Amino acid sequence: MTDLLDRQQFERVALAVAATVALHVDHLPAGLSFALAATIAPRVITRRRAAGAVSWWVRVPLTVFLLMFVSLQYGNIFGRVPGTALACGMLALKLLEAERTRDARVALGFASFVLMSSLLFTQTLLFSLAVCGVLGLVIAGLLSLQPAPLAEPRRLQPDLWRASVLLGIAVPLALAAFVLLPRLNAPLWGTRGDDTLTSTGLSDSMAPGQFVRLMLDESPAFRAEFKGPRPRTQSLYFRTIVLSDFDGTTWTRRFSDARPSDAMPQVPARSPIYDYTVTLEGSGDRRWLPALDLPIVAPEGSRLSREQILVARPGPVVVGTYDLQSSPDAKLDTSLPGADRARLLALPPGYGKQARELARRWRDQLRSDDRIVEAALKLFHSSFDYTLEPPPLARDTVDDFLFGTKAGFCEHYASAFVFLMRAAGIPARVVTGYQGGWWSSEYLLVRQSDAHAWAEVWSDGEGWKRVDPTAAVSPDRIELGAAQSDPNAGWMRSGWLRELRNQLDIANSLWTRSVISFDSLRQHALLTEFGASELSHGDLLLALSIVLALTMALAAGWAMWDRRVHHGDPLDRAWQRFRAALARGGIDERTAEGPLDLRARVHAAAPASAPAIDPLVDEYVALRYGSPAPEPLRVARLVRRLRAFRLRRR
Amino acid sequence: MPSTFASWRLRALALAERRLPALTRLRRPEALPVRLDRRRIYVLPTPFGLVFAALLFVMLVGALNYGNNPAVLFTCLLGSVAAASLFAGFRVASGLVLARVHAAEAYAGEPFVVNLRFDPAARDRASLRLRHGAFETAFALHANQPSDVSVVVETPHRGWYRPGRIRVWTDYPLGLFQVWSWVNPDVDILVYPSPERAAPPLPVSGDTRIGEQAHAGASEEHAGLRDYRPSDPPRLIAWKASVRHDSLLVRDVEHRSGEALALDHASLRGLDEEARIRRLAAWAMAAERLQRAYSLRLPHETLGPALGADHLRACLRALALMPGRAAVDRDD
Repeated sequence: MTDLLDRQQFERVALAVAATVALHVDHLPAGLSFALAATIAPRVITRRRAAGAVSWWVRVPLTVFLLMFVSLQYGNIFGRVPGTALACGMLALKLLEAERTRDARVALGFASFVLMSSLLFTQTLLFSLAVCGVLGLVIAGLLSLQPAPLAEPRRLQPDLWRASVLLGIAVPLALAAFVLLPRLNAPLWGTRGDDTLTSTGLSDSMAPGQFVRLMLDESPAFRAEFKGPRPRTQSLYFRTIVLSDFDGTTWTRRFSDARPSDAMPQVPARSPIYDYTVTLEGSGDRRWLPALDLPIVAPEGSRLSREQILVARPGPVVVGTYDLQSSPDAKLDTSLPGADRARLLALPPGYGKQARELARRWRDQLRSDDRIVEAALKLFHSSFDYTLEPPPLARDTVDDFLFGTKAGFCEHYASAFVFLMRAAGIPARVVTGYQGGWWSSEYLLVRQSDAHAWAEVWSDGEGWKRVDPTAAVSPDRIELGAAQSDPNAGWMRSGWLRELRNQLDIANSLWTRSVISFDSLRQHALLTEFGASELSHGDLLLALSIVLALTMALAAGWAMWDRRVHHGDPLDRAWQRFRAALARGGIDERTAEGPLDLRARVHAAAPASAPAIDPLVDEYVALRYGSPAPEPLRVARLVRRLRAFRLRRR
Repeated sequence: MPSTFASWRLRALALAERRLPALTRLRRPEALPVRLDRRRIYVLPTPFGLVFAALLFVMLVGALNYGNNPAVLFTCLLGSVAAASLFAGFRVASGLVLARVHAAEAYAGEPFVVNLRFDPAARDRASLRLRHGAFETAFALHANQPSDVSVVVETPHRGWYRPGRIRVWTDYPLGLFQVWSWVNPDVDILVYPSPERAAPPLPVSGDTRIGEQAHAGASEEHAGLRDYRPSDPPRLIAWKASVRHDSLLVRDVEHRSGEALALDHASLRGLDEEARIRRLAAWAMAAERLQRAYSLRLPHETLGPALGADHLRACLRALALMPGRAAVDRDD
């Protein structure tokens, strides 16, 4: 018996590995994807011709090359992105030396790890299903490593079927474990800033297009619990960061912007005041605290800056939960000093030549600030598209967006709008924060995907006014949220496809709500419904252990249950029962005793039963020892009579 | 160092056998059929299973750390699949019956085949494996189709051979757990002595040759014929010759090619006991090849004279069971 992989086994393993790597193609550098394909395919072809590992003088340089490539590409080999790129490469290289069952198992085990890491990048329902499908291939690969299949030659279909049965059996336990596993409140190691893709939360700079990852991140940013009246969805603007400086591509702020305001916010009479508590989630940057437009008092541990944002005081205590009040009509500044005005009108030189031209025309024709704002909004409304996948912009981002691509999302609109306003002589700035949210019965849940950018324009006498240019392009963004309002491609818009897409969206949002955003809060909410409240990690682990133990006991019962546990044929069993009945009557069973000796003992012990037992024993002896295949009818009759026999002591 | 380790291992095994009655029980030969049930099936993770468990742990910590619920779900699913594979593997071994053991002709010092008849009951069983000494094989059984699994065995001793402990195991379906059971069937297989290679020619005595000539000179018609005795098989009756006589005549096997050879244990002086046995075995087989009747004279019994497969078997059996089962040296 050899454990060398045959061609079929090898190709199953190669298939599983290739499918695993293919799920990563989306975020791997194109060169690496190509190199991996160029490693796997020739290996499969050459192994068809002859078995044998690729020699070490090919493998070692390839490994060194992979390490160099990854560290040059990303600067290091740790962290999520470089780590998975490295893992994909190692997996493909493992295939070069996989010749025996042991290697193949290691490769497939590692493939399942790489498969799991692909979920760190995309978590949509469809992608998760694809991952599940590839997991089926991996399990089928492990199955085909078994040496003696039921049918030769081995076919993929039965193995896939067995793999899906295994997966199906595993689902209930997996769900129970998923619900009961205690979630970490804080990550064990940094998940932030270890690479460019992780963007948990807003940052203090904004370049159009940068939000995309954030907009697809369904993890919660914070929760707001309102005491008293709730604001309407359209006015759910949580301002977080104000950006006033633009260099042509990126909006930034200055450190001095955070200095506290010396004035007290003025709240006009009769305007509503919202009283609420914010609980921050996740591991985002906590230097800026989101607050409903506009906060009027600063909670403990923070201060209200001149730009009317909440800045956390530096210190060891990280703010997690805070109470505050907001009023939509509050005003802080009513005057704009000259230096500030100049800064809020500044434009980067060399950018937006056409935009400046357009703004100058508006200024000449319309004169009033309000009408210029209206004109800009009308421009966006008439000929711009809202999309989360905007085409890339040329060097002059402003002009290319306004007169070229004309498609983008909130960042593009806020940025372009503020540029136009400044070019028209109106002081303006970009505000980033969150807009909208999801109302549960008790609180408003705001996710990272609700991140938004809008603009504020200065009006002498009235102060800062909020203008949301995105609302002009896509009112749905304000009503539905970012991802839902992206109409994607044109063909998606009509007929049954739209219906299908709606259905898919329902499934997707169900997936998002029940799986992706299942955090410790939801976990507790779910378990509270079953009457368990205030569960600690220990309680959860205990519950998980109980469920595991019960499942294992059930499974053990299933494994040990055997439909056909029988000892001998019906005749034997009937005789066995008969002897057991005699034993209960005082005539003990003796293993080595034949039927005739037994009869003799019955005669001696219970003479009254002698006439009844004699024909039974005779018939049994005739059937059992008289013929190799006793007649079924006679057997059945004897079985009945043996069952009916009662021992009579006297 | 290795010897220290080996001695520790032996001591641990001895302890396990003392403390776990099931293991000790399995050391004793047991009557067929042997049914594998939960009392005698053992399960442990394979090295790959341990590595996989470590991998699962890393995946779980990573998924929880990134707060990535699909990844947590994936890890839970994979863990549950691993757990389910344990029971799937157990079901492959559980309920398997070793129904009988039989062997073809076996000669000491030469590999021979022992067939184990396994009954899978009402369950398909893929990728069962069997290990006996250094011999390993893998087999699959279809539900309700008992089939034979051949084990190649070699022993240097003639006489009764006991296969001893056989490990029936599987790591189906994913190779994460090995499920095994020991069976020690109470069967004895007769191993014939190894016939001497390049043995001297058959001991043909002078009388035999004279007898042959005498026969050749006698009437052709009567050559090799004798009167029918009631114990003679009918196929030996010479019908044509019987017609010409008044009584039934049968072909006399012993006279088919002259006088019977006498293979005498006592005549082989100067050889040791095993060498004698091997030479006698070789001669018996040679006589059988030449179709010459022979008798085997051993210290306690005499077989024949006769010819035929049954006689040869009887002779080899008597030789195999001669007292003093010393090891037979290989011819080479």
